[in-house]
Amino acid sequence: MSSSSPIIVKGLNHWFGRDEARKQVIFDVSLEIARGSLTVMMGPSGSGKTTVLTLMGCLRDVQEGSVRLLAQELFGANESRMVALRRRIGVIFQAHNLHESLSAIQNVRMGLEVHGRGNIVQQDQAAAHMLKLMGLGERINYLPSKLSGGQKQRVAVARALVHNPEIIFADEPTAALDKESGVTVVKMLKKLGQNRGTTTVMITHDNRILELADRIITLEEGAIVKDEMV
Amino acid sequence: MSALYARLLGRMPIGWLQLVHNKGRFAAALAGVAFANILVFVQLGVLGALTTSTVQPYSIFKGDIMISSADSNTLSDGGNVARHYLLRALSVPGVTGGTPVFIGKVDWQVNERRSTVLQALALPTDAVEFITPHLRSQFLRLALPDTALIDRGTRGGTPELFDAISPTTPVIYEFNNRRVTFIGTMQIGAAFSSDGNVLMSDQSFLDFFANRSSTAPNRLLLSVADGASAARTVNLLRQILPVDTLHIRSLADTMAADTRYQTTERPVGVIFGLGTFVGILVGLVIVYQVLSTDVADHLKEYATFKAMGYGQPFFLGIIFEEALILAVLGFIPGALVSTGIYQLLVAKSGLAINMTVARAIVVFLGTLAACSISGAVATRRLAHADPADLF
Repeated sequence: MSSSSPIIVKGLNHWFGRDEARKQVIFDVSLEIARGSLTVMMGPSGSGKTTVLTLMGCLRDVQEGSVRLLAQELFGANESRMVALRRRIGVIFQAHNLHESLSAIQNVRMGLEVHGRGNIVQQDQAAAHMLKLMGLGERINYLPSKLSGGQKQRVAVARALVHNPEIIFADEPTAALDKESGVTVVKMLKKLGQNRGTTTVMITHDNRILELADRIITLEEGAIVKDEMV
Repeated sequence: MSALYARLLGRMPIGWLQLVHNKGRFAAALAGVAFANILVFVQLGVLGALTTSTVQPYSIFKGDIMISSADSNTLSDGGNVARHYLLRALSVPGVTGGTPVFIGKVDWQVNERRSTVLQALALPTDAVEFITPHLRSQFLRLALPDTALIDRGTRGGTPELFDAISPTTPVIYEFNNRRVTFIGTMQIGAAFSSDGNVLMSDQSFLDFFANRSSTAPNRLLLSVADGASAARTVNLLRQILPVDTLHIRSLADTMAADTRYQTTERPVGVIFGLGTFVGILVGLVIVYQVLSTDVADHLKEYATFKAMGYGQPFFLGIIFEEALILAVLGFIPGALVSTGIYQLLVAKSGLAINMTVARAIVVFLGTLAACSISGAVATRRLAHADPADLF
């Protein structure tokens, strides 16, 4: 590993709550993740996986310690730096969080509009292509309410990948997918790493995914208890 | 439509798509905005009618300075003014002429079922230059005793009734148990304190009001020389007339003071002024409720957009887009219904309540501002929250 690693975390601590209700949930987490790798974070519920993921993914302010993402320090970063970094990453949430008023293709297009690249036609073509790769070519104009849970999750994955992010953070991305779809999505993420150098950090409880991982980090009670290369 | 709108906007019309996605709530929101518009329009319409009806009687006068008793707040109230002040006023440099003005109230039985109260305005017929030019030829005919010009805008009157009146076909009625002959008509309009107006000579006025004296008119109306400053002449008049018992003001200032008193101190003005404020407040609350509910309902989606790199201006853009749509689409039915209510009020009250372009623009801009303020407040929570806290 080197300082050119896209994610470098040192001495990360985090608390929730205020005053007497303040409780530490992350304890001195340090890790470095190599470019193009597929890292899986595991651990029991409440172990701090999602908190670490959201801290690395610019979704939360870093309270103590250092998180360097794409060579930018997140501790003390202002809003404009956070916004700029968020545009370089892709996030897949456990809940799909699709916009109910937008069709599948419009939801995916939102991943492109933020960058202002291309015109509406070109963005639509790119979004439609990504949805076809996800097996949703026939449903690009469907509203989320007309899609199954698995289909919604695939739209969310398409939205996270459509702008070719440098890093993908995924929180249980395969939870709503059947076995075949789940493996397909993770294989796609793995392929992106091999072909484009896209780094993926994923939380999962799905044992089917583990064999595709390059590295597995296990957290318990807010601390890393196991870190193994596969 | 969404595609066209998207091209105009240069981005996906998320605000529009969000609003039309829940059609029931969209319709309710539009009805709420329209309702707030109607509230404000009606209050402003009545306030406008109060202002118009206050200044309309002044329109028959052609003068520069008006002198009234210090206890008078409107054209129709206050004590009398000693006529000899007119002679002293005429000695002031710049004053070219003057006339007494008599004002009183008379009852007029329009027909068997309708009795009205008219404001009687009277000047000497030799003071014709103090009458607005288009009424002068008719006014000169009022030299005949007990004749008058009746206001076509009188509440309870009909076009047929007024069309029948002319110098060749005068119509005889009674004022204060005395015969009066209407020899012509004029257009002023009903007010809150009277149903209409009647113009007559000072001699006829004194015949109808036996207790009034020619030495104590209600107002003195003065003219100043061409090019002379009315304000400067007013100052000169204040030096020679008792300012503790008299109001000495330009005609324009007198009208402005009358309007100010009617709208800010009389109960009707205060009530409808307050009503306008309440209407604006109701509009703000409705729009804020709609937009804040919309933000709350889409918090997870917005958090996702925030996680994707969308900044606060994007969210403000969505909310302002919604605010603009609500303002425009709510304003249209609001203005249309208000126009109908105005017509109903005109028919029932005879007051001059009109939908003016200026008022429509003011209400629209007010609606837009209310919607924008509500939208900005509604997005506050979004601005300072971490995306992870919003899921």
